[in-house]
Amino acid sequence: MRIELERRARASTAFAAISPLLALVLTLFFGGLMFWLMGKDPVATLYTFFIEPLFDVWSLHELVIKAAPLILIAVGLAICFRSNNWNIGAEGQFTMGAITGSILPVLMPEWHSAALLPAMLIMGMLGGALYAGIPALLKTRFNTNEILTSLMLVYIAQLFLDWLVRGPWRDPQGYNFPKTISFAPEAILPELLDSGRAHWAAVFAIVAAIALWFMMRFMLKGFEVSVLGQAERAGRFAGFSSKKMVWFALMLSGALAGLAGISEVSGSIGHLQPSISPGYGFTAIIVAFLGRLNPIGIIASGLVLALTYLGGEAAQLSIGISDKISRVFQGLLLFFVLSCDTLILYRIRLVFSGSKTEAGA
Amino acid sequence: MKKLIIALAASAAVLGGMSGAAQAQEKTKVCFIYVGPKTDGGWTQAHDIGRMALEKALGDKIETAFLENVPEGPDAERAIERMARSNCAMIYTTSFGFMDATMKVAAKFPKVKFEHATGFKASENVATYNARFYEGRYIQGQIAARMSKKGLAGYIASFPIPEVVMGINAFELGAKSVNPDFKIKVVWANTWADPGKEADAAKALVDQGVDILTQHTDTTAPIQVAAERGIMAFGQASDMIAAGPKTQLTAIVDTWGPYYIKRTKAALEGTWKSEQIWDGLKDGILTMAPYTNMPDDVKAMAEETEAKIKSGELHPFTGPINRQDGSEWLKAGEKADDKTLLGMNFYVEGVDDQLPK
Repeated sequence: MRIELERRARASTAFAAISPLLALVLTLFFGGLMFWLMGKDPVATLYTFFIEPLFDVWSLHELVIKAAPLILIAVGLAICFRSNNWNIGAEGQFTMGAITGSILPVLMPEWHSAALLPAMLIMGMLGGALYAGIPALLKTRFNTNEILTSLMLVYIAQLFLDWLVRGPWRDPQGYNFPKTISFAPEAILPELLDSGRAHWAAVFAIVAAIALWFMMRFMLKGFEVSVLGQAERAGRFAGFSSKKMVWFALMLSGALAGLAGISEVSGSIGHLQPSISPGYGFTAIIVAFLGRLNPIGIIASGLVLALTYLGGEAAQLSIGISDKISRVFQGLLLFFVLSCDTLILYRIRLVFSGSKTEAGA
Repeated sequence: MKKLIIALAASAAVLGGMSGAAQAQEKTKVCFIYVGPKTDGGWTQAHDIGRMALEKALGDKIETAFLENVPEGPDAERAIERMARSNCAMIYTTSFGFMDATMKVAAKFPKVKFEHATGFKASENVATYNARFYEGRYIQGQIAARMSKKGLAGYIASFPIPEVVMGINAFELGAKSVNPDFKIKVVWANTWADPGKEADAAKALVDQGVDILTQHTDTTAPIQVAAERGIMAFGQASDMIAAGPKTQLTAIVDTWGPYYIKRTKAALEGTWKSEQIWDGLKDGILTMAPYTNMPDDVKAMAEETEAKIKSGELHPFTGPINRQDGSEWLKAGEKADDKTLLGMNFYVEGVDDQLPK
């Protein structure tokens, strides 16, 4: 017996529209089933996981803090992916942006000025963009695979950060511990409201998402991204340069990842240390696809993924289930989104003929 | 629709009332935050064993909760604040990297009592606790010098922080007290707990010809490599004898339980004060796992040293001790003070390694 995917003659537009919601419902159902099998009350656990964090101002702030870098990185990646450039190294550009953005507060701690923070943010974006320029250069010049080069550059960036905070940038008063000096108050991204820790990164994320949505929808550049992404030859006939697009897509996503990096360091951490990200650059890939590569959709999917992190923590503390549960939810969600999308376009067909010889082979 | 709203409101009221009733007889909540998985077989597991001992001893008055695998960084601050907000009256933050996060949250929740392991910052409601692990490492160094044929030990280190440098030095001093030519090779794994990296470091050291291994990382991977390659090793933080029944000579076993019970009791009785505790073998905060896989005379020597350290007769950092470059650090009979030890950033003579700069 064989399983085949057969393209449907006509895909249902109604189902295509509600597919992410359907996936969410299925995730909740199977998640609940899993809790029930573990001997926990499924309703109470799901409540703790997905609802409770939404009814507390403090935890809403935390949700936004967690979602902001995911959204910032994911909207950049969405443009990159839609242009058919596969930047897998956002984690590295995030790290590099954090490093270049920290040059001023670490090396010139005496410089107190209102221009400091904007300069840090711009340098962070530049750092991320230039770092993403390396795979762009390699791809346009030597036709290397940007999936591999961008991914490998992640480890280089992380080890470079590691070396910096243990070596030249180490806090001389820090008892040898691997961290830089704490940033001066002028170098800290301000909080938005008095009620919690959420800072300006959230605003950057929303602005970036809306700007890129506008670009894709109404500007020629957006059209160029889609055309070159879907049919490169057709794009070339239209006079678009695919080489320039490689540079544009990679450097744009790199700049946004870099901005996320310096925002995280300045707003949430307050100094550089060996580990500054719980894998935002990689999780953002899931966020981009859950949001169907649409910047507005990514705002929603970024919040949902952030919620799985927070919910996992809350459930661990109050119900005592393993911290791995948030990973399981992320996996379930991705699985159902992808399978819903697939099954709307394709139907499953079981092929029975010739099953014996194949099974024996 | 209106009826539905009324029904919802009523059930909410009932639920609210119920939780109010439950709160009246609620036990004091004591929370723990771990950097690794609670089953890592080393550092975090030792803390979790302490937590269970606490629950067993004071279970009628307290309940415990924990978060594991919390990364050191902004996530730690959120995790600790979540604990403070979910009625944890006392919070033990069990990794060095939680220090700044602990201080920040503690400032916001002055009524919650915080205990931070191995840090150097404290305040009204943040106490610190640590163990004099170097005492155990000195004993291990002596054993290593007697058991090693080549006079060369491999040391898998985590980060070049004072705590770790102090441990390497204590091991070397112990070894030199038996064999003045004893040498240590160090590999920096740059992680607290990563079985893959730790095993790689162990293999690299064995390939360089060491015939005894010791570690300042959290998992049992190095001792397993030692067992495979047929050399001897020491366990770290927990008794790792199960990972190498014929390999482990002894282990430094962190025994946090009594400390957790003492401090939590003080908090319940209202006598808790912020203190900076740095206890040693004599206080039982660290103990030595049974001396195994060694001849009786080596065992006798180890037991004698342990007794001398406990009685205060022997301090591992007693001069004459030279720095790595041969310059004098401590004169004969002079003892290192705690401040120097806690900020230690240089090697003693005989360590075959450069401190990462």
